[in-house]
Amino acid sequence: MGATAMLSSAAVFVHSLQELALTFKLNINGSSRSIDVDGDTPLLWVLRDVLGMTGTKFGCGIAQCGACTVQIDGTATRSCITTIDSIGKSAVTTIEAIGRTAAGQKIQHAWLDREVVQCGYCQSGQIMSASALIAANPRPTDADIDDAMAGNICRCGTYARIRDAIKQAAASGAKQGGRG
Amino acid sequence: MIIDRLLAAMATGDDASKLGLSRRTLLKAGLASGGGFLLSMHMPMLAAQAAGPADFVPNAFVRIAPGGQITLTVPYVEMGQGTYTSIPMLIAEELEVELGQITLEHAPPDEKRYGNPILGGVQATGGSTTIRAVWQPLRQAGATARTMLVTAAARRWNVEPASCRAEKGKVVHTASGRSLGYGALAPDAAALPVPENVTLKRPEDFKLIGTPAKRLDTPAKVNGSAVFGIDARPPGVKIATLAQSPVFGGRLKSVDDSKAKAVRGVRQIVRLDDAVAVVADHMGAAKKGLAALVIAWDEGPNAALSTADIARDYAAALENPGAVAESRGDVDGAMAAAVTRVSAQYQVPFLAHAALEPMNCTVHVRKDACEIWVGNQVLARAQATAAEVTGLPLDKVTVHNHLIGGGFGRRLEIDGVTRAVQIAKQVDGPVKVVWTREEDIQHDMYRPFFSDTFAAGLDDKGLPVAWRHRFAGSSILARWLPPAFNKGIDPETIDGAVHLVYALPNFHVEFIRKEPPGIPTAFWRSVGPSHSVFVVESFMDELAAAAKRDPVAYRRALLDSAPRARAVLDLAAEKAGWGKPLPNGAGRGVSLQFVFGTYMAQVAEVEVAKDGSVRVKRVVCAVDCGSVVNPDTIEAQVQGAVIFGISAALYGEITLKNGRVEQSNFDNHQVVRINEAPAIEVHIVGNNEAPGGMGEPGTSAIMPAIANAVYAATGKRLRKLPIDPAVLKQPA
Repeated sequence: MGATAMLSSAAVFVHSLQELALTFKLNINGSSRSIDVDGDTPLLWVLRDVLGMTGTKFGCGIAQCGACTVQIDGTATRSCITTIDSIGKSAVTTIEAIGRTAAGQKIQHAWLDREVVQCGYCQSGQIMSASALIAANPRPTDADIDDAMAGNICRCGTYARIRDAIKQAAASGAKQGGRG
Repeated sequence: MIIDRLLAAMATGDDASKLGLSRRTLLKAGLASGGGFLLSMHMPMLAAQAAGPADFVPNAFVRIAPGGQITLTVPYVEMGQGTYTSIPMLIAEELEVELGQITLEHAPPDEKRYGNPILGGVQATGGSTTIRAVWQPLRQAGATARTMLVTAAARRWNVEPASCRAEKGKVVHTASGRSLGYGALAPDAAALPVPENVTLKRPEDFKLIGTPAKRLDTPAKVNGSAVFGIDARPPGVKIATLAQSPVFGGRLKSVDDSKAKAVRGVRQIVRLDDAVAVVADHMGAAKKGLAALVIAWDEGPNAALSTADIARDYAAALENPGAVAESRGDVDGAMAAAVTRVSAQYQVPFLAHAALEPMNCTVHVRKDACEIWVGNQVLARAQATAAEVTGLPLDKVTVHNHLIGGGFGRRLEIDGVTRAVQIAKQVDGPVKVVWTREEDIQHDMYRPFFSDTFAAGLDDKGLPVAWRHRFAGSSILARWLPPAFNKGIDPETIDGAVHLVYALPNFHVEFIRKEPPGIPTAFWRSVGPSHSVFVVESFMDELAAAAKRDPVAYRRALLDSAPRARAVLDLAAEKAGWGKPLPNGAGRGVSLQFVFGTYMAQVAEVEVAKDGSVRVKRVVCAVDCGSVVNPDTIEAQVQGAVIFGISAALYGEITLKNGRVEQSNFDNHQVVRINEAPAIEVHIVGNNEAPGGMGEPGTSAIMPAIANAVYAATGKRLRKLPIDPAVLKQPA
């Protein structure tokens, strides 16, 4: 019994040490957030369960479906396999803030205009991947769209409209660019 | 099919009393709380209901507030199919308001009130039934409210109602130009008697119905603010994830949780008879805790089960007769006299739903009450199971329904709610139970496995004079709605195998109900036809090939008395360029069906590579679903249903080895991705027939179209799904 008590108090001690040692500061949507979880915790759960930002979705947990896509320094990234100790000072952008970027706004607008959405569950991830694509590549070809979007599953089968909406968003960008 | 028989009865009055249907939509008007106008509707129900006013039990409501806001309460859930837009369109059309003026509210669980007339009185959204159920009643309600508002205005102005018109939420006196908003008229209208007979608008006068109205639920789905069941966060909620017995029917033997408890953020380990759950501060800790558990299972009687055993048992079952699903003519005589005989055996696998939102349910069990947050298609059942598990009375269970991240039939079941409440009973405070994708796939309730045998006799022109089909599979209705399973026949399972569009004079179909050992089965997008249309349309293609006839022309020759079916077949063939040459290795295949009240033909164009892999290049779909409410939603539903069916045809299967499901996640349970998605064209035949269902038909139609296209491309007939590239691989 004594040994068990000692073990458990040792566990408590280690626990509190970890808590002291492992506070992570993340830059999420322009705000600095302090997070007290193990460093190997995937960003997805920090967003959803710790910070309550539920726009980023869980679909598979192994970077196969893309529902959890966020942008890290503008690159589409699967948050379900991105541990928080790997992020450092990089800027994390989620669906809640993507509308503040020019590409994100165009994509969201095109998504509504082309009536892409059905159940909507995968669409946060689709929009994060698509806005990263057109931010980096203002005139994506079909092959570019395949490359950028094949990691995002949609079980409702909205792919044709996703493709159309990306092209429309890209075209609207080109027009604006021409005027500017 | 039961649904079509019920609908036909509702439409014509035939057998209505025999089926226990009250056909009339009953309406009552009165003051709403807050002073507005409240129109209560009793839409026709399956259960016999006395039609007298004393028994009036409304199941939908229209409220017009003094400020003019209009709220519609209906017992249906939105899961991507667009009904939260289509339903308000019906009311808005007749009420003469803009679509944006209507707010849709979901009704609370109450089966007596909200049971779905087409789904046997169960409060459910499924079977492509919603628009079919509300098409007439909601337009009638809208027209009634409009008539009463016009009457109220005419009395205020002391003019004839006929001299007034309703438009955009106002009543206008045409001669004087005076107008009053609906909100201002609401109290007066509430005091009027409900008119007996109102005139519905003629289809040619529709302003909204038939137009591609924008979805009302989408803005929140592009900015992350839409709240799905998995997003529920009652204050203090903990997150749990679980491991259930990997073998169906197994029990928990023992758990060593010492390492799991040491994981930071893990709060509690919950043991059930056949599952273990880890409760934690967040899902990351819960998953880590789950991985750290050392679990021993008592695997039970199914420990050695494999798919090969099941296939063998089902094939053996076909040697005995089944229940007769449909029979006419003299099949034996016609078969004996036939010039050519064709026979074939088919098999389709168990299929997972793999909706992108994994199974989840949030529950707070208190001593005297239980609260549930979930996205589910059968709310009253969710409430009932929670009451049963907790021992609380039904009225102490509150269910908050949420958006559903893909239904496809999965959320017509309450196994997830039951499981979550079992766990929550042992947890102090609210807990959100989230299935990992692996648990979701390995503990789904699957589209049943089916085994089929066909025989047909052809005459000297190659046309079928005898058709015999026997198949074995699970009956979902026997479990889900037992009264609907009658004399060995499950009307949903046989749908698509009987009452074919073709003229087949000597026709005999038998169904053998055979439940797989331990493996739960459930509705899956397109239900019975997901199997039956594949086998029937594949075998019809075999008959065309045996007769050395073109598959479209062959089908067409059997459609003299089915003009709507012939019209969609012709349209699909024309738009697809049927008969035009294709490169080597490519082929076109056709399918034709009448299920869910909708006629549909599809032409699939495929390419088969040297390694045997199949790519669907293009799909052309012609659809006659009667009256069109929202053509954009119809197009979207067909596009989505086709993609869902392609995933099943190319990849979909759940197999078992040592009693365990072999697939676990999207790496080994593939679904179609954007780079594999074909161009999908949807051509709608518009008419004024009663609306047909649109959520499901596209899925059943595409599977045989693909298999028939593969035959056209390679000469190889696929009698098993999913398509096995090894069968199609060319020798090096």
